[in-house]
Amino acid sequence: MQQQQGNRFFFNVDWITVLIYVALCTIGFVNIFASVPPEQSAVFGFNTLYGKQLIYVITGLVLGLSILLFDGRLFNVFSPFIYGGTLLLLMAVLVIGNKVAGNQAWIAIGSFKLQPAEFAKFGTALLLARYVGAFNPKFRDFKTIMIAGLIVGAPLVLIMLQPDTGSALVFLAFMFPLYREGLSGYFLLIFLGMIVLFVADFLVPTYILIIIITAIAGLFIYNNRRKQKIIFSTILVTVFAIAYLFLIKVAYEKVLAPHQRSRIELMLGLKTDNRGAGYNVIQSQIAIGSGQATGRGFLQGTQTKYGYVPEQSTDFIFSTIGEEWGFLGCSVVIGLYIFLLLRLVNLAERQRSTFSRVYGYCVACILFFHVFINIGMTIGIIPVIGIPLPFISYGGSSLWSFTILLFIFLKLDSNRMGFF
Amino acid sequence: MDQLFNRKYIVQGLFIVIALILLGKLFYIQIISDSAFISAESNVLKKKYKYPARGAILDRNMKVIVQNEPVYDLMVTPNEVKPFDTLALATALDITIDDVRKKLKKARTQSNYQSTFFERQISVQSYARLQEIMYRFPGFLTQDRTVRHFPDSIAGQLFGYVKEVSPEDIEKSEGYYKPGDFIGKSGLERSYEDFLRGEKGVVNTLYDAKNVAQGSYANGKYDVNAVSGERLISSLDIRIQRLGEELMRNKVGAIVAIEPATGEILAFVSSPGYDPNQFVGKDWGKNYMSLLANPYRPQIVRPIAGQYSPGSSFKPVDALVALQDGAIDPSTTFFCPGYYMAGNHKVKCEHVDGTINMQRGIARSCNTYFCHVFQNIITKNGMKKQRETYAHWHEQISKWGFGQKLGIDMPFEKAGIFYKNDHYDKIYGKRWGYTTVISQSIGQGEITSTPLQMANVMAAIANRGYYLRPHLIKGIGDKNVVKKEYVVKNYVGVDEKYFEPVIQGMFEAVNAPYGTAKESQIPGITMCGKTGTVQNPHGKNHSVFIGFAPRDNPKIAIAVIVENGGFGGSYAAPISSFIVEKYLTDSIKPKSNGYTVSAFANTNLLPALKEKAKPGKLTKADSLLNKKTDSTRRIKDSLKIKAATLKRTVAAKPKALKAVITDKPVIKK
Repeated sequence: MQQQQGNRFFFNVDWITVLIYVALCTIGFVNIFASVPPEQSAVFGFNTLYGKQLIYVITGLVLGLSILLFDGRLFNVFSPFIYGGTLLLLMAVLVIGNKVAGNQAWIAIGSFKLQPAEFAKFGTALLLARYVGAFNPKFRDFKTIMIAGLIVGAPLVLIMLQPDTGSALVFLAFMFPLYREGLSGYFLLIFLGMIVLFVADFLVPTYILIIIITAIAGLFIYNNRRKQKIIFSTILVTVFAIAYLFLIKVAYEKVLAPHQRSRIELMLGLKTDNRGAGYNVIQSQIAIGSGQATGRGFLQGTQTKYGYVPEQSTDFIFSTIGEEWGFLGCSVVIGLYIFLLLRLVNLAERQRSTFSRVYGYCVACILFFHVFINIGMTIGIIPVIGIPLPFISYGGSSLWSFTILLFIFLKLDSNRMGFF
Repeated sequence: MDQLFNRKYIVQGLFIVIALILLGKLFYIQIISDSAFISAESNVLKKKYKYPARGAILDRNMKVIVQNEPVYDLMVTPNEVKPFDTLALATALDITIDDVRKKLKKARTQSNYQSTFFERQISVQSYARLQEIMYRFPGFLTQDRTVRHFPDSIAGQLFGYVKEVSPEDIEKSEGYYKPGDFIGKSGLERSYEDFLRGEKGVVNTLYDAKNVAQGSYANGKYDVNAVSGERLISSLDIRIQRLGEELMRNKVGAIVAIEPATGEILAFVSSPGYDPNQFVGKDWGKNYMSLLANPYRPQIVRPIAGQYSPGSSFKPVDALVALQDGAIDPSTTFFCPGYYMAGNHKVKCEHVDGTINMQRGIARSCNTYFCHVFQNIITKNGMKKQRETYAHWHEQISKWGFGQKLGIDMPFEKAGIFYKNDHYDKIYGKRWGYTTVISQSIGQGEITSTPLQMANVMAAIANRGYYLRPHLIKGIGDKNVVKKEYVVKNYVGVDEKYFEPVIQGMFEAVNAPYGTAKESQIPGITMCGKTGTVQNPHGKNHSVFIGFAPRDNPKIAIAVIVENGGFGGSYAAPISSFIVEKYLTDSIKPKSNGYTVSAFANTNLLPALKEKAKPGKLTKADSLLNKKTDSTRRIKDSLKIKAATLKRTVAAKPKALKAVITDKPVIKK
């Protein structure tokens, strides 16, 4: 009986997703191996980056598989505690954290370093899923939006304080699961509009933007001149938009750090800097571009081998893939990710419980943000935001947190027929 | 709920759109654009060039005349420099501490990571001192390379100099030269650059982001070993070259000697000369400026760039063409009353010989005789066809090399002036005839030639009818390759049988008691020659001699021009005789007339610098005056400024020339 139970359990797990997970981890290990200096890769050792990554991958897999052994309901039940725990860790890191590259993001336990921001992602995802699943709230209500906003906002603010803007940005991914659960599409549009205006504000003089916005608003009002409510809200949006434009300028100068400003300016092509802040992006693009169609081949990437791309094994690991495996390799990696993301959404949609569905969407969207921002950054379509490429970048914290994130959902999915 | 379920597609659609954007950008930078690939190569791949030794140049007796000498540069890599004893370094280099600081600062501005020049061409003593204490100066290293060395310090203009390439050179070379490379800029160094430079070697090395070498690229598959430059054997005989330079000391002029049978140039003297060793060291700029400041313009390579009226030395050619044409025969005589009447103006002759034949006409350099010869040639088809006949004559004379570059293996050769009839048509319309251009018959007026062309004419006469293209390099590389154009006989269009009478005249010019060059007889050697005295309106006439020896089976043909030397027989002919004697017998016997090499060497014939404020004008007048003596040009100029200026008595076009000629008795001998 026990045996049969086990068979059914293993049969229910979505092994295709696990396979993709293993594939991505393997790709990660191979490329980390390639990106260490040649003298380090000559002799295998566990003190090397790839040696450590191998340990992380194996332990991650063990961790993931052991999650499958838990009772899925536990995650629902314990979600407030997990969430609370990660919040505490986030607060703790501000006090006792180690400063690495200006960010107070790490807690060192012996030689082992923990990055709480990574774990806050699934903590938040769990609580958000629980909130939506348990209360089935109406997203037309202001109260619902406030509570959801608070759940997402609390860790976001704490991470911003570290300050780790990159990780904080990922929390915007929670907008999509909420959208799926009924949050108005206007939120996404407003969000999109804010990004568009932000970029436009740098490329076009502000007064021209104001004229354009006013013109569009005027046309819109003219078309709906009999509907007072629409006229009113249009005027409101226009005023906010114009105020936002000026706010950007002020915030840009006062809030953003100089290195962040220059990253944005570099991305927008407002300045070029081959040696300073632009060095990473330019070298990364050179490495990827030099891979051409089929790449230089495993261990043949000169840019990779000779350390031209900083942070190559962590945030810029995609440049190794680009250089050594070319457009073909890049397409395979992006294809694997997209297949994984689409499958996760499909899996989420087949869940009976709202909790599982919301959580599934959270997993898919968090991974999506990471993939998009990370790859976009290495090829210069997004400013440099230091977040890892899921399952591929070097690092225990990120690999384990993504593993936990994914395998909790796989566990929930394997229990999808159950009710809780 | 259904409506919300559809939002799944919006989310999935967003994923796909974003993935396509990423793939699109990747497609662009990886497949469409290759700028990244090029940048990647330039990131890691650095080519280090290995410079081959430049080819040596030997003289015809295999004596080294151009070789390489090692020099040492002190290099510095600024970011590897640790605090060091500046005083010790300054002392070793014989410079001040301030200089050390300045040079280090300058090196820093060039590159922090790459080795750059700290001090170029340090002395051997400094190098020796430094070798013992180099360990105290991390970041510094000495690097050796070679520079040219000329053991005999002769023939500066001939060899030219080697210098760092200019941006134009780099552009023209289509990628061969890189900044910092050296290239032959003038003389043989320039014309044989492709052989002398050898082939640069290249080592492709991979560098990491910290600019540390990481080993060779593709196991050295694309590396190339340096190949030394080819050794050149010059046709020059260093003995007579040195003698020629000695004889021409303190004189302006040129000597060209050719081996008639081969066209090989035995001596190539341009005076004033300079020591080529001045242009190898770090004092290059200083020495070059002082060279340019010299009012006698040593930078002009006079054997090929000096253009002189050939003067009376043109007469043998005249006679040969006339014989070939049938205008005269060897026994034709003319009556010389001491002048020749060209229309209504006189061409003076220096002597009154009465009835004179061709041989004596050459030996005595009779102007009257050759004016008659010219008259006969041009009018042989009737007075109305003079211009057509002139065209034919022009063609015949051109075969001797007048008015064209001979194609010597030196850059910047001049062609000289020798006008076709359309030139005169332009000035005079159709109203001109032999009297208009009569001065050409005696090598004056509208004809100029380089000393090389004159020597070449002598080679052609010595060979009895042909010449080989004169050249300075007779063998390239270990196999002594001779360029194929140097073995082609260029016939001058005069049959061999006509030469003997003319050569007899030239023999008499040197060896007969009435010859113009009788002071230049060489005991035991039958030299044939012809003197020339070139009218110089700016000062003393130029002394010219052309000749060859021995009469039978000639070994050397020579042209000597001594500016301001007066009569051809006074300087040019004796100088020629010394060189011919030295070349043929390797010694100079005492002369019965008491002429000695040292006496000639010590004679100063440099023209006085009258207007010190305008030295440029004066020297131009000197060496390039022939342009100005060109009467036609003068007429043209005066036509331009109209006769109204009245500075010259120019009225009608045809008369103008006559006026000029009668005004100035251009020919003295």
